[in-house]
Parts: sequence; C-alpha cells; structure tokens
Amino acid sequence: MEQGILIEGVGVTYQTASGTFEALKDVNLKIEPGEFISIVGPSGCGKTTLLNVLAGFLKSNTGQACLDGNPIKGPGPERGVVFQQYAIFPWLTVVENVAFGLKLSANKTAHDRIDEIVDHFLELVGLQDFKKSYPKELSGGMKQRVAIARAYAVNPQVLLMDEPFGALDAQTRQFMQESLLDILEEEKKTVVFITHGVEEATFLSTRVVVMASKPGRIREVIPIDIPYPRKASVKTAPEFVKIRAEIDKVVREEFQKQRQ
Amino acid sequence: MKSQKEGGLMTNHSSRNAVIQTFKAVKKRQQIEKIGYFIASFVLVLVVWEVGRATHLVNPKLFPSFAAVCKAFVQFLKDGTLIAHMYASFVRVLIGFSLGIVAAVILGFLIGWFRVIRLIVDPLVSFFRALPPIALIPLMIIFFGIGETSKIIVLTYASFFPALVVIYQALIGLEPIYGRAAQTLGVNNWEMFHKIILPQLYPHIITACRVSLGVCWATLVAAELIAAQKGIGAMMVEAQNFFQMAPLVLGVLLIGAISLVMDSIVRAIERRATAWQEKRA
Repeated sequence: MEQGILIEGVGVTYQTASGTFEALKDVNLKIEPGEFISIVGPSGCGKTTLLNVLAGFLKSNTGQACLDGNPIKGPGPERGVVFQQYAIFPWLTVVENVAFGLKLSANKTAHDRIDEIVDHFLELVGLQDFKKSYPKELSGGMKQRVAIARAYAVNPQVLLMDEPFGALDAQTRQFMQESLLDILEEEKKTVVFITHGVEEATFLSTRVVVMASKPGRIREVIPIDIPYPRKASVKTAPEFVKIRAEIDKVVREEFQKQRQ
Repeated sequence: MKSQKEGGLMTNHSSRNAVIQTFKAVKKRQQIEKIGYFIASFVLVLVVWEVGRATHLVNPKLFPSFAAVCKAFVQFLKDGTLIAHMYASFVRVLIGFSLGIVAAVILGFLIGWFRVIRLIVDPLVSFFRALPPIALIPLMIIFFGIGETSKIIVLTYASFFPALVVIYQALIGLEPIYGRAAQTLGVNNWEMFHKIILPQLYPHIITACRVSLGVCWATLVAAELIAAQKGIGAMMVEAQNFFQMAPLVLGVLLIGAISLVMDSIVRAIERRATAWQEKRA
C-alpha cells in the first residue's frame, strides 16, 4: 500500500576539523503519494544531504526516513535518482542505458518486455531517434532525458532529482520543466526535486519546502494551489507571480541570515 | 513532438549528411597527409645517413651503407636465421608480457578493493617500480641459469609493475557517480563489478598494455645482449663479436621497427575499445 514518504526527526552531523557540523537538524516532513515536492534554500542548508538520506546514500544520525512505512536503509530501485551531472553510463548507448536497470537480477523483467518498456520511455522523453547514440553525442538536455528514462524504466515509486536541470541553459531548462510535467502527467510518480530556482520550484511543485542553514532545517512549507496541467504561460499569471514572490522573500531572508 | 523541438536545433537530414561527407573527406585528406609525413621523416633519416658517410662525417668503415644493411636483411631472411632470432624474441615477450599483465590486473583489483592489501603493497610497489628490470638480470641468471626461465621472469617483472600502477591508479580515480547511479537501479556486487567497474577500466587496461609492452621489449633486448643464443639481441652480440657492422645496424633497425608495429597494433585496439570516450585533445 502506498503511504508516501515520512521523514521523522532526521538529523545528520559531520565531524570536521573545526568541530561538529550540523547538516540537518530535526527535519520532519510527510510527502503524500503523487506529490511533487521541491526543496529550495541557500547553499549549505542541507538540501542535497536530505536527498542523499532519502536515496539511501547517507545514514541519518538521528530519526529516520521511511517509504511506505519501511525505513530507508540503502539505495534501491524503488527510489530512482536523477543527478545534476547526468550520470548516464558513457560506455553504453542510449538504449543500453535505459535498459540497464531492467537487465539487473534485482528487477526480474521478462526479456521480451524489456524492448517494449525501453521503447515506451524513450518515446515518452522524445529520444526514439537516438537509440544507438552514445552519450558523448548528445546535448546536456538529451543526456538528462536519458537519465529520466533510465530512472523511470525500473518503475520506481519515487523520483529523487538533485538539481537535474542546473547545468542546462535557460531555454533547455524551460523546455525540460515542461517535458517533466508532461511525463508525470502520463506516468504519475512522487517527486522530490532539489533546485536553486524559485521559479522552477513554483512551476513544478505541489508544495515548496524552503530550508534554512546552520543547522540545516525546514523553515517553511508553501503549498502551490495552481491546477495541473501547467504550461509555461502560467509563469506570468497573477497567482503564480504572487506565490513566487512569497517564496522568494523567505529564501532571500535565509540567504541574508547566512551571509551575516 | 518533443524530438522535433530538439531536432529542430540541428540541421535537417540532407544538409546534415552533406556535413558528414565533407567531414569524412577532410579526415581522409588528413590521413594521407599524415602517411606522407611519416614516410618523409624516415627518408630524411636515410639522407642524413648516406650524406654522413659520403662526407666522412661518420667513418664509412664503421658505419655500413643502407644498401649493405638491406643486403644483410635479405641474406639473413634467406638462410632462416632472422626468423629464428625474431621468433625467439617474440615468444619471450609474449609469455613475459602476458604473465605480467594478468598478474597486474588481478593484484590491481585486489589493491583497489581491499584497503589492507593496499596499505601492505603500496610501499613495495613504490620500491620495485623504481628498480629497473635490467638490474635483476644478473641475479636471475645466477638463480635460474641462462635459459629461458630467467629471461621470462625478468620480462614478467618488467611488464608487471608499470601495468599495476596504471590499473590501480585508474581504479582509485573512478567516478563514484556511476556506481551510485547503478546502486539506485538495484545492482548487486557482481553486477557492479562487471557492468560498471570493468567497462570503465578497459581503456586503462589497454593503456597499461601499451606501457608494459614498451618496457618489456626494451628489457628483452638488454637480457638477450647479456645471455642468449637466439633472439635479436643475441644476433647483435654475435655480429659485434665478428665485427659485422651491417647485421649489427640491422638489429637496431629491427628493434625499432618491431616496437613501432606493436605499438600501432595496441593503439588500434585502444581506439576501438574507447570509442565511447569523450576525446581530450
């Protein structure tokens, strides 16, 4: 049964040369199935740390994060991750990258189903004409769409995206945001999305989480009550501009505090 | 729909083909140019050689003409001694090189994987790496005699350390992000090894082969100069003893030529195995 993600009292500390660094302190958040949660905040507020806890790359020192009631103990195929640096395997073609997860013993997929699934997701991300290409032949946006298709292919419940469009130019970024919403419209997933862009967060999310630093914690959770499907034109709508300004204000306050 | 948006940024199909055609033509011309320069550089050496003899810059009695070297080459080829010498050298290199590389790959993985092994082996590697293989020849001759065993041990040693260092550095320098990405897709340990780590290492293993082959070949000739009945080095020592200058120079040229050919072969394999890599100029 899908219960979503439950983050309870999660704290992460690092030992550094200058003492203990509290990357996260008492973070609590409940994410419903099918929600799109964006996390914004100044650098060093623990956004990526929180994502790494959810992905299972990092163990929290206190509290725990659960998916459907099961504590997260390590990385696993029920939680797909899309990285900022793309991380698609450069020695494999586009098709081989997307099929990678399906061929692993952890995801027992019938052989004749693999081609079908790969084709489906390549079409969904619009790369059906680049099947035999190697990553080095693709643009940044295309590489990231391969990564999204690869994550989707193993049918995870949750997509964890760590600044996935951060390295892309403004035009491609805009296009990728719309593409992502289109894909989610077809194949619903719970998404946790890290970003620096308040506009991007507002455009994509059901709720935006603003984090504060020293120690890293949740400052505010702001719901975005704009119905889907959203198109790029919504960015100029009055209600969008208003919510965006509101989030901007909180983020800027946190940024100022950090600088002092 | 989506592909059109991105596809539109590229040129359309026919003009894209035209670009590819031009690109291929340019590449072909560059290749012909390269071969031309390659030949020219050797012709230049020949000219300097012959002019040097003609002007008595080098003593013509000590340094044979190119024609004399060619004659020696044909004669040795006809009586079968050249083939026998080359065969002996090749077999030694092949065995020593293969043993060394296999051992280096295995130990390289163990060092990269297990911290304890790394800590124990690291200082030893630094020490032996600095020790030239030729320095071992006298010792090995005393231990194993002047037969094949001593030479093969020296050659195995010669190919082992450079390869080990390359492989182990490559393992330590692997991008962790691919391993992480694979974990989120559900790899087990074995899949992590042969689907993620090995493919990233292939190019480095080939580089290791290239380095080792060079060292191996250089060591072989030195070993044969010291003690061998057969082999290109032995052929040169024999020529030296009888003051036959043409076969002596022939030996030098052969060693260079064989090194060149072997390196080209490994490089060709390298190009194929690393086609997916982004080329750094």
